[in-house]
Amino acid sequence: MSRIYLDYNATTPLRPEILEAMLPYLQEVYGNPSSIHLFGQEAKKGIEEAREKVAQFIHASSMEIIFTGGGTEANNLAIKGAVYASGEKKCHIITSSVEHQAVLMTCRHLERKGVRVTYLPVDRYGMVDPEEVRRSISGETILITVMHSNNEVGTIQPIEEIGKISRANGILFHSDAIQSAGKAPIDVHVLGVDLLSMSGHKIYGPKGVGALFLRSGLKIEPLIHGGHHEMNRRAGTENVAGIVGFGRAAELSSASLGEGQEPSCALRDYFWERVRERIDYTHLNGHPMKRLPNTLNLSFEFVRGESILIDLDLHGIAVSAGSACASGSLESSHVLAAMGIPASVAQGSLRFSLGRETTREEIDHTVKVLEEAVHRLRQMSPLYADVKKGGT
Amino acid sequence: MSGGVDSSLAACLLKEKGFEVIGVTMRIWKEGEGRDSAYGCCGVADVEDARHVAQQLGIPFYVFNLEEEFEKEVIQYFCREYGRGRTPNPCILCNERVKFGTLMKKAFELKADYLATGHYARLEFDDRSGRYFLKKGLDRRKDQSYVLFSLTQDQLGHILLPLGEYRKEEVREKAFQRGLRVHDKPESQEVCFIHEASYHSFLQERLKESVAPGPIIDKDGSVLGAHKGIPFYTVGQRRGLRLAKGKPLYVIGIDPEKKALIVGGEEEVYGDNFIANSVSWIVPQKVTSSLLAQVKIRYNHPGSEAVLFPKTGGEVEVRFKSAQKAITPGQAAVFYDGEVVLGGGWIKEVKKLQAQS
Repeated sequence: MSRIYLDYNATTPLRPEILEAMLPYLQEVYGNPSSIHLFGQEAKKGIEEAREKVAQFIHASSMEIIFTGGGTEANNLAIKGAVYASGEKKCHIITSSVEHQAVLMTCRHLERKGVRVTYLPVDRYGMVDPEEVRRSISGETILITVMHSNNEVGTIQPIEEIGKISRANGILFHSDAIQSAGKAPIDVHVLGVDLLSMSGHKIYGPKGVGALFLRSGLKIEPLIHGGHHEMNRRAGTENVAGIVGFGRAAELSSASLGEGQEPSCALRDYFWERVRERIDYTHLNGHPMKRLPNTLNLSFEFVRGESILIDLDLHGIAVSAGSACASGSLESSHVLAAMGIPASVAQGSLRFSLGRETTREEIDHTVKVLEEAVHRLRQMSPLYADVKKGGT
Repeated sequence: MSGGVDSSLAACLLKEKGFEVIGVTMRIWKEGEGRDSAYGCCGVADVEDARHVAQQLGIPFYVFNLEEEFEKEVIQYFCREYGRGRTPNPCILCNERVKFGTLMKKAFELKADYLATGHYARLEFDDRSGRYFLKKGLDRRKDQSYVLFSLTQDQLGHILLPLGEYRKEEVREKAFQRGLRVHDKPESQEVCFIHEASYHSFLQERLKESVAPGPIIDKDGSVLGAHKGIPFYTVGQRRGLRLAKGKPLYVIGIDPEKKALIVGGEEEVYGDNFIANSVSWIVPQKVTSSLLAQVKIRYNHPGSEAVLFPKTGGEVEVRFKSAQKAITPGQAAVFYDGEVVLGGGWIKEVKKLQAQS
């Protein structure tokens, strides 16, 4: 059965060029980058070249890039690192209610340790209001963290405006750009961020590697001790092949962005058009314009997204919905809830995220299967029957 | 698939028979509150066991979040019944409303033809009546037909029970032969949603003010002592009464209005006559006539000969030929004709006994 992957926001396949770039570092270039001898130096070279590429990708300088074990670790390092470094007795953090769990759970953890956290509301598109950020600033605020774009609905936040506000108030500003990198251009100077998180496996690179941008001159407390790696900011023998892969991924992404990411956007919009034509009672979640070009989050009334998801899966089509809990069942989306979407509608939501390999044929086939699934499931829905009868 | 050996083997056997099998687990516990270690069922570790078996079999595997339904249909029922001085059987409600209710609907959404489980019971289609019959499992000690009595024809017609013909030892043996790591996993003994050592703290937490102390009285109404709350007691219980009398005393009835426990001697725990309500029939009966049956009044009860007198309003009066110990309001009464389940209902009141106060 041919398989269709429409879950690029969850992860991306490793590009062949990237695998190629990584291979020598899994085979003959096996030295420990911290070793003084030539074996180590060669490995170190690979890392530093990658660092330069990642820096260029976001218009930063090499020294400002800290490699981590992934995007989640980068988020943890940014937030906890900033809080611990501040040394303040009373700390206040401002964040949004639609952040990824890596940010939210880190904040909740810090709350239990006595840090005060403001979770800003969002509008119905999932957008944060910079004025709300300004209003929430207190004498104890040491960090503002707002994601660049939301992984579930794709809404792009007004980072530049928030950056200006943070700067004006002398507060550290972090942005989780894990989902945006590679889909929207990132320039840390334009954005006005002090910290920025990225992840390799979202840009066709390997899993298990990420990076944190830390503006030069700023200090954070490391989370992992045990060596002087990453300029004393993240100890541990580096995942050399992973980092090299990440660097190559950043390089390739820079090039693609330079060419414009129109293809993904046009295809995504085509997808939405076809769905709208063929399936009624559907809603698009997220900002109509200010949204990642590949992301389409839709609610289908009267059915559960989970049921459609599994039906699609059994047809070989991969999409996602909400987030998974520890046992692997679907939890309702905190993002849709924060956007004010009623639970009954939110339950019928699915996220489609396209990638560089997605074709028009795949979209056409998906729409066909989707239409059948939604239609069939609605036949089993008493609520739909009511509506059709003209009740409620 | 609960992660236990029964449902794991059931999945294997069906795959071997050529069915297209999809493994599903119901997550009925609150996120973060499931059992910590794999112990029969009901925690993340058990889901992992189920997932592992699914991977071994090469079948798709999904976990469904049924927390809300389970809370509403099973847990709330459980607490309500104890609050009313009755002793519930949550497994029966779970089977009827959640497992073969909500979960079965989800199975149909996935275009499945059947929902299969590892229950020890058998299903047969009776050509003469055109109905599905539920029968005891071959392994009488493990028979679980009791907890399936209230299923409708529509449900029964879409259920597969691959283990009904096997004994428990055979099941473990077959699981071992197939390399299932759960082959020697212990069975969960208690109610799946209570992880504390006893029900008491769970009920205390849930029922709050309804758990109030009250009098312990004898059947003449004389007060003999006090109790901590009627939800902590069940008919036939001797433990926890803390009464110093000449002979051992047992709970023989519960009066929820007066919040009173009625106690008596051992001989008073026995009864031979009760009314069951909400009776459902798998083998249809004429409401007018009486019939002979073996009746189980508890999951562990061996069943005993009785005469059933169907009444109107879905009620049946049951008269045992010999007295039975602790006929308990709230428990299910299931009627058998040999190995065939005729039907069953819920014990409403025990007729022989009357608390005078």
